[in-house]
Order: sequence, then structure tokens, then C-alpha cells
Amino acid sequence: MNRARLTAMIRKEFVQMRRDPATLRLLLAVPVMQLLIFGFAIRTEVRNLPTTMLDQSRTSQSRALVQRLTATGNFVVTAPASSYEDALDRIASGQASAAFIIPPDYARDLKRGRTSAVQVLVDASDPSASQNAIAAAQMVGQSLNLETLRARTGGGLRMAVDMRVRPLYNPALESAKFIVPGIIGMILSNILIIITALTLVRERETGTLEQLIVTPLARAEIMIGKIAPYVAVGYIQMTTVLIVGHLVFGVPVRGSLLTLYAATFLFVVANLGLGLFVSTMGRTQAQVTQSAFLIMLPNVLLSGFMFPREAMPDLARWAGNLLPLTHYLTLIRGIVLKGVGVREVWPQAVILLVFAIAFFGFSTLRFRKTLE
Amino acid sequence: MIDAPERGPVIQATGLVKRFGDFAAVDDLSFVVHPGEIFGILGPNGSGKTTAIRILCGLMEPTEGSAIVAGADVSKEPDVVKSRIGYMSQAFGLYRDLTVDENLDFYAGVYGLTHAKRRAQLAWAKEAMRLTEIGGRLAGVVSGGQKQRLALACAMMHEPRIVFLDEPTAGVDPAARRLFWTIIRERAAEGTALIVTTHYMDEAERFDRLAFLSRGRLKALGTPAEVKAVFGQGLSLEDIFVSLQDSEP
Repeated sequence: MNRARLTAMIRKEFVQMRRDPATLRLLLAVPVMQLLIFGFAIRTEVRNLPTTMLDQSRTSQSRALVQRLTATGNFVVTAPASSYEDALDRIASGQASAAFIIPPDYARDLKRGRTSAVQVLVDASDPSASQNAIAAAQMVGQSLNLETLRARTGGGLRMAVDMRVRPLYNPALESAKFIVPGIIGMILSNILIIITALTLVRERETGTLEQLIVTPLARAEIMIGKIAPYVAVGYIQMTTVLIVGHLVFGVPVRGSLLTLYAATFLFVVANLGLGLFVSTMGRTQAQVTQSAFLIMLPNVLLSGFMFPREAMPDLARWAGNLLPLTHYLTLIRGIVLKGVGVREVWPQAVILLVFAIAFFGFSTLRFRKTLE
Repeated sequence: MIDAPERGPVIQATGLVKRFGDFAAVDDLSFVVHPGEIFGILGPNGSGKTTAIRILCGLMEPTEGSAIVAGADVSKEPDVVKSRIGYMSQAFGLYRDLTVDENLDFYAGVYGLTHAKRRAQLAWAKEAMRLTEIGGRLAGVVSGGQKQRLALACAMMHEPRIVFLDEPTAGVDPAARRLFWTIIRERAAEGTALIVTTHYMDEAERFDRLAFLSRGRLKALGTPAEVKAVFGQGLSLEDIFVSLQDSEP
């Protein structure tokens, strides 16, 4: 490694980056745009299902029941149904996702101590969208039962177990808080992969690579020179997303920023290495863009960015382990949300270090300084 | 052979063969080039000129044969060869989004020149290549002749003993070509060996010696007069060129 050669290479890459302000602006604007879009749009907790209602009782008791169900925040009654069939039709056509069916004898049954059958229909074709509503309806039923029983026994009923669940780190269960650190990892990974994959192949396409490889520049010097500016870009992106995430979504940084920035370096280099590897898989920018999706899609789907890895079959989970993003997500969520430190995240840091060395080394070896 | 033959050849190619599958792009090529010589490699398109040059620059490994370039074996020490030669590719291979000065500075750095040395070389290169007035302009927007001289300047920032020029005058207007040849003769007079490929026959007379290639094979080697003598009096090099092409099946 020669200092003069490496400096020349790095300086050249920075100048070229500066000559292309449109790309630079995109590199800085896209992360913030994605953060806002994902942060506001991705909600794993589904609320406010449009609901129709067939209240055949039409009493203050039945209205109180509807009130309790809608108070959970999972249902919004949009329009009443004229019949049971009408309610089913509305769900089938998608006008409603849920329906309350209250029988004519509801108030009378309550008064007489009989069991009244209330139906809550939920469109469960999307399981994750309906889960919360189903659970909420069941909870309302249970607490209603408990209250009624207590009233009937004159308060003589004691609960056997008082189960109290305390959600840690994100007590309000806001998905934005969970998503923002994930977005940092996902954006860094995908942007860095595509940009490094393109930069090397662009030199090949424009014919500058031929002139470059007849020089004494070592392969590692070319590679390091190529990625150096994007390490800087990566840090700027991360910092921007952290700040915007804090201001807009109230995402805290509970752990040490220094640990986060240090670990991020390993993650960035691992991804740049992946990008360089992708660039050796094709000879044109179009080919390489296609190849990049081989990594960018699993990044979104398998890393745990969007879907919990606990729910994945073994093969998918195993494949996810090969992505730097998977380990980085554990690390950044730990530092940002839980405030953990080096003591807890060192295994992830070590894995990222191994990835960084392996990907960078492997793609450097694959990149040949010849024109065969 | 211009001067100082006692320094020995700077290129010694012996029995070079390059095959791509069944096809031999270069077939049994042997020649030597001496310091200060302007050596031409002539031949129609597809005759193996570019392949020959790429082998000599350490960009491609020969299938058979060997070449000693600037004192190093191209197959065994391609990186040593690369540090001692200059190479100007057929297509413009510099960065269009960098200025003329930035391109020169980049290549000076790439060849490991120290800061002080770099400044001196930059001034020399711009003077020698007639680039002084366009240092601040983007390389992508200067004229074809200027691009070509810039590429030569970048290839010579580190004062190599040998410079390879692959079709340097293709697509350049006659005035710029004439200036380019003046510059090439100046470099040769300083002792640099220049290996130039071309398919412009009117340029053949400008070479000290030349090698005629056809379908990868060496058809003639020597001074323009010697080559003419081989093929018979009264023929121009252009006639020879055409007859060589015609004689192929």
C-alpha cells in the first residue's frame, strides 16, 4: 500500500463525487424521505378497522357495548348494516373489515342473567391486520364478564392471578420507534451496495478502467479509494436519519453514540465490500443493478427489518444470518432503544468485522487487473 | 535505431502467442525495440495489434512465449512492468468529469510521484504537450487533439522509458495529428521508446521501424525502406498493406 497512490485515488473519487451534485443531493435526501415515508406509513399495530354494526337491541346497554369496543381504538363504526347478510356483504366487498352483531334480546338477557351471544366478525384474510382487533374484542368480552360477575356476587369475587404485563423500552408499543433504527440500517446497506456496485463497473463502461489498470495501483488501493468517499456519505446519512428520527418520531438514543458510530464503521465496510462483490458479478451497469437486488431484497425481507425473524422458517433465518444488516439491526436497536453497550453488542460487532474483512477481501481478489 | 544501441533493447518479445479458444489473436510474434525508437505496429483491424500491446503492458498474459519489457518479464512481474511504462488506450480513458490539471495530478499521484516532483512534472507535461492554456477545463469538453495530448501527458507523467500508444491518431483532425507527431518525435529524441499502432498507412513512413501484422502473424519487420524492399520496388506501403490483406484467404 503506497500513500501517494492511495491519496491520489481517494482524492479523485471525492472530486468526482463533488462534480455530480445531483447524485450527492439524492444520496442525502433519499434517506430522509424514506425515513418519513416508512416512519409514518409502517404501522405493525393495525388500528381503526372500518366497522359496520347490526344493533338489533337498540338499548342503552347495547350502545354501551359498542362504545367499549370502539374505545379500544381498533374499530371505527362507519355505517350500520340493515341485516346480517348486509353485514357480511359489506365485509366481502371491503367496505368494512369488521362487524358487530348484537342480538335483539341483548339488554333483556343481561338483566335476567342469561348468556347473550354477541358476534364480532373480522376479516382475517390479512392475519396481521386482524390480530389486534380480534384480541381487543376478546378482551372487551372478558372484562365485561368479570364486571358483571362481580356486580352479581356483590363484590365477593376475587381474582386468582393478577397478570401484569409491562412492555419494556417502548412502553407505548409505537412501531415508529422500532422502525427508525431499522431504517438507518436498511438505507445504509442498500444505498452503499448499489452505489459501490455501480462505481466500479462505470469505470469499466466508460473505458477509464483500462487506463487505470496499466498503472502500478494495487487492487486494494483501487478498492479502498473507491469506497472511502462513501464511508463519509454513510456517516452523514446515518447522522441525518438519527436527528430526523429524534425530532419527528421522538426516537431516543439511549446508549453510547460513540459505540454506535464505531460499530457502524464495520457495518459500512461490510456493505461496501458486498457492493464491490456485486460489481464483479457483471460487466455493465444494467447487469450490476439487477445483481444488487439479490442482496437488497433479502435485506428488506430476511434481515428482521420488516418481519420478525422469530417467525421465519429455519432456511430463511439461516439466509438472513449471512446479511450484515441482520446483525447490525440487533446492534443498533440495542444501542438506540435499550441503551445497551459494548458488553452486550460485541458479538454482533465481531460478526460485522468478519463480514467486512471477508467481503472486502474476497471482492478484491475477484477484481482482476487484467483485461481477459 | 537512433542512438545508444549499447544500452540494449527495451523490449524483447520472443515467440508471443495469444489464443482465445481456437482463435490465435497473436501468433508467434518476435521483435525487439530499442531506446529512442519510434516503433510501428501496423495491420488491418483484427490483426492482433491491440492484443500484442496489451500483452506487452502486462494487461494480458501470453498463452506462449515471453516478453521482457523495461527489464522485467511481463508474465512474472506485470506490476514492475506497469510502473516503468506508459500506456495510452485506444478509447479516451481519462476522467471526463475531472479537469485537465486534475487528471494530470491524479496520474502523477498514481505513479507515486512526490509532491515537489509532481509539480515539476505537471509543468513539464503541460509545456511539452501544449496543454498550458486548458488546465482548468474539464477533460470531457476539450477537443479531440487536446484529449489525445492529455492522455499522452498522463501516460508520461512518471518519465517512463517506454510508451505504448494504441491507435493514438484515430479520429483526430490532420493539424492535430501533425502536432501529435511533432511531440512524439520530441519524446523519442529524449530517448523514450514509443510503440505506436495505426492503420493509417500515410503514417507508416514516420516510423523508425515497423512490424506488419496480418491475422496475428508477423508479415514484415524493418525500416520502412527495408519493408518496401522485401515486397518489391515501386510499391508504396499502402500497396503492400492492401496486397497483404488480399493474400489472406
